[in-house]
Amino acid sequence: MKDIATRALNLAQMRGATYADIRVVARDTQRLAVKNGKVEVIQQDETQGFGVRVIVNGAWGFAASSRVEMRQVEEVVARAVAIAKASALVKTHDVHLGDPISIKESYTTPIKINPFTVPLSTKIDLLLRADEAMRRVPGVKVTRAEMAFVREDKLLASTEDSLINQEIIESGCGIVALATDWNTGEVQVRSYPNSVGRHQQTRGYEFILEQKLVENAPRVAEEAVALLTADQCPSYDATTLILDSSQLALQIHESCGHPIELDRVLGSEAAYAGTSFLTPEKLGRFRYGSEVVNIVADATVPGGLGTFGFDDEGVPAQRTDIVRNGIFVGYLTSRETAQQLGLGQSNGAMRADGWARPPIIRMTNINLLPGTWDVNDLIADTDDGIWMETNRSWSIDDKRLNFQFGTEIAWEIKKGKKTRLLKNATYTGITPEFWRSCDAVCNEKSWIVWGTPNCGKGQPPQVAHTGHGAAPARFRNVRVGVIK
Amino acid sequence: MLGENKIREIAHQVLGFSKAHQTEVIVHVTDSALTRFANSSIHQNVAESDTQVRVRVVYGKKIGVASSNDLSPEALQRTVETARAIAQAQSEDPEFDSLPTPQPIRRVEAFSEATAGFSPEQRAQVVSVLCKQARARNVIAAGAFSTTVSEIAVANSLGLFAYHAGTYADINTVMMTDTSSGYASFTHQDARAVNAEALANEAIDKALRSRNPTTIAPGEYTVLLEEYAVFDMLNFFAMLSFTAQAMQEERSFMKGKLGERVMDARVTIWDDGCTPEAIPLPFDFEGVPRQKVMFVENGIARGVVYDTATARREGKTSTGHSLPAPNTMGPYAMHVLMAPGDTPKSEMLKTIERGIWVTRFWYTRPVHPMKVLVTGMTRDGTFLIENGEVTQPLKNLRFTTSYLDAFNHVRAISRETRLFYNDWGGASRVAPAMVVDGFRFTGATQ
Repeated sequence: MKDIATRALNLAQMRGATYADIRVVARDTQRLAVKNGKVEVIQQDETQGFGVRVIVNGAWGFAASSRVEMRQVEEVVARAVAIAKASALVKTHDVHLGDPISIKESYTTPIKINPFTVPLSTKIDLLLRADEAMRRVPGVKVTRAEMAFVREDKLLASTEDSLINQEIIESGCGIVALATDWNTGEVQVRSYPNSVGRHQQTRGYEFILEQKLVENAPRVAEEAVALLTADQCPSYDATTLILDSSQLALQIHESCGHPIELDRVLGSEAAYAGTSFLTPEKLGRFRYGSEVVNIVADATVPGGLGTFGFDDEGVPAQRTDIVRNGIFVGYLTSRETAQQLGLGQSNGAMRADGWARPPIIRMTNINLLPGTWDVNDLIADTDDGIWMETNRSWSIDDKRLNFQFGTEIAWEIKKGKKTRLLKNATYTGITPEFWRSCDAVCNEKSWIVWGTPNCGKGQPPQVAHTGHGAAPARFRNVRVGVIK
Repeated sequence: MLGENKIREIAHQVLGFSKAHQTEVIVHVTDSALTRFANSSIHQNVAESDTQVRVRVVYGKKIGVASSNDLSPEALQRTVETARAIAQAQSEDPEFDSLPTPQPIRRVEAFSEATAGFSPEQRAQVVSVLCKQARARNVIAAGAFSTTVSEIAVANSLGLFAYHAGTYADINTVMMTDTSSGYASFTHQDARAVNAEALANEAIDKALRSRNPTTIAPGEYTVLLEEYAVFDMLNFFAMLSFTAQAMQEERSFMKGKLGERVMDARVTIWDDGCTPEAIPLPFDFEGVPRQKVMFVENGIARGVVYDTATARREGKTSTGHSLPAPNTMGPYAMHVLMAPGDTPKSEMLKTIERGIWVTRFWYTRPVHPMKVLVTGMTRDGTFLIENGEVTQPLKNLRFTTSYLDAFNHVRAISRETRLFYNDWGGASRVAPAMVVDGFRFTGATQ
């Protein structure tokens, strides 16, 4: 691989590149799924290839091929250079990357049990047992249990003399029960540990065992059935809302993680994902949230899906303040955008989806730091409100201001106690108003780094795996319930 | 591009490596390029070539699937071996009967040499027109222009071999002022069909008309939904409602309604994988020819799409709508078309006394599958309509409304339709514009 990398970089420079890098990536994915007692999926996918990124005439070009062969290198480099020259025909300024970065290191995800060495039969047995435990509950229509494992080996080499090897391993799992009532047209779902299929971390098979899928399966199924006859979540123009940590993780992802991506802020995503309300003049002075809101981007936190040794430009993983005591203080940056805004060095948020796509700014682990409240004390301290748990639907505008989330389950809180079960719960708001209304964040005892393995962005589309540390938190004066 | 003969060779090589009772191989070749622009200049410009080989082996009723994009004989053999090992770890699938046997597949012309050979300079030239127009009219241009060559082949040990090569070009642009934006997009088999000036004008006109938007109280309004918005609605029906699996799992409003009125009598929606009006693919990922499937005909529910597994459950035959195995989503309608109406789009406005013009929807997500209840935002051109005329631009609105209800409250359907390509689902849609009553807006943004 090193020979291919060296050849590509030499060729790029000979053809006029003032900067070039190459990423050679091999990714193995294993997926297993059980549905209604039947093994529905056992699948192993391998993909490998390389992508060459060049700057020629002050503009970017990128080309990639699945054929990792010396004779293919010349063709791909020539294509990348030709593309860069075409880019230069419609440019307003030259690309600047700042000071060169030269790093020769390697990184491997620390794991206890390699998930790819655990027999398929062991994994399937666990999924079948969890699935069966859900199916024992009368009234459940569809049950599903799944696991996913990812291993990515990647080499990054650049004309600035960087040479970085990384091996990233991820493990994920989840169960879901669906209950329907044809007479009322009601469809209700419960998931564990998280919705959208699974919870995932950069850890080994030990992560799967810790989730205790079988032990949680009966509760999950019972809640799905109970929701069929639960009361509709009432509508309030303003009420108190407590979000569990998994729903809060998605709230952080959508309303903080995306608007701090500096490429969005500078307009690069305007035609697709959109722009951001966190415009540059707000940096360091805008009140994003209340005093108890402290958010960091941390690519070093153990187990996070955004945890690595180096980003895909070779910038070391780091922790950056994003919101400090409620004030917006930081963006996610690339080498190029950090220069554009005069922020100095990149804070290492350039990530590519495999070998075929160029790195773009992505979330690492965007974490709401723990507060001081015990979760039971927080409920006891709430006289009248709603607890919402596990995401069911999400939507936010192109500047990341107006959002609406729905959750799988909710409970009314009356006089400090969780009481009536509620279905079809939704809440809506405007991002800074919402975060400014946060008056309590729970402590590290209920703080979890959730994984979001399905974050879409970019053209051509790229899927990123991001992490979000969160504990339950309370928000005042939130608009709840808009479903008829 | 590998060509039919080379792909046939790879497929036969894989089938030769397998000792399974039945074996299926899918070869998918893509060669795509995309030029992305923002702030009226190109900022990302990429190309990629990939060939994925997916192998499904069957031992009795045990099935294993593995894939790789390494075409060396050793790697192909290893992929077959991985699939075999997976099949051995599998439990039996009592519903499995057999891989499909060969059926005649219609050849559909979907390949444009011009698109396949479209160069980075040609893409830059098109983008340049958009950016120049933007500068001339004092707006900022952003967007993406992609060209794709795709070859798909399905072969199995029962003698089936299906091959299709196609191309498409897709371009979209958002033009922006300080307070507003406008949108336009275009999809075609032939990249030369892109009319950059017309696209630029459509998006710029809208951006300029929507400057300094005002707010409006949320509530129920009559809406003029442009084709871009109706495209989104068709995507949700395809995903949530028009599939056998959703019906079998009691998640679709179509269950128990076949032969009954489910939408306005002017609505007709169907799937056709062979029509050149869409981006055709005449067979599915099991090699079964795609049948034309009528979903809703003059408002009456007629049918849904099936793959082999869901068809077998009901004693039917596949309609040719399988996704690649192993597939948990069930069958999927990749080519949804909605029939045009009889109202010229230019006259639709006149039918509205007070309402809202919606250019397109953004970040739409299902809230309740059975009701096709969806939430999302308007984007890139939202206007107040009064007495048959656009009177003022509006800030973007959030809606939480049932798309099924909307298709039951149709006031007019346009004569014109547009073709769209969905990046994430690999699907194409043909949609008209519509006027709909009682569309429910639940909030606004700043």
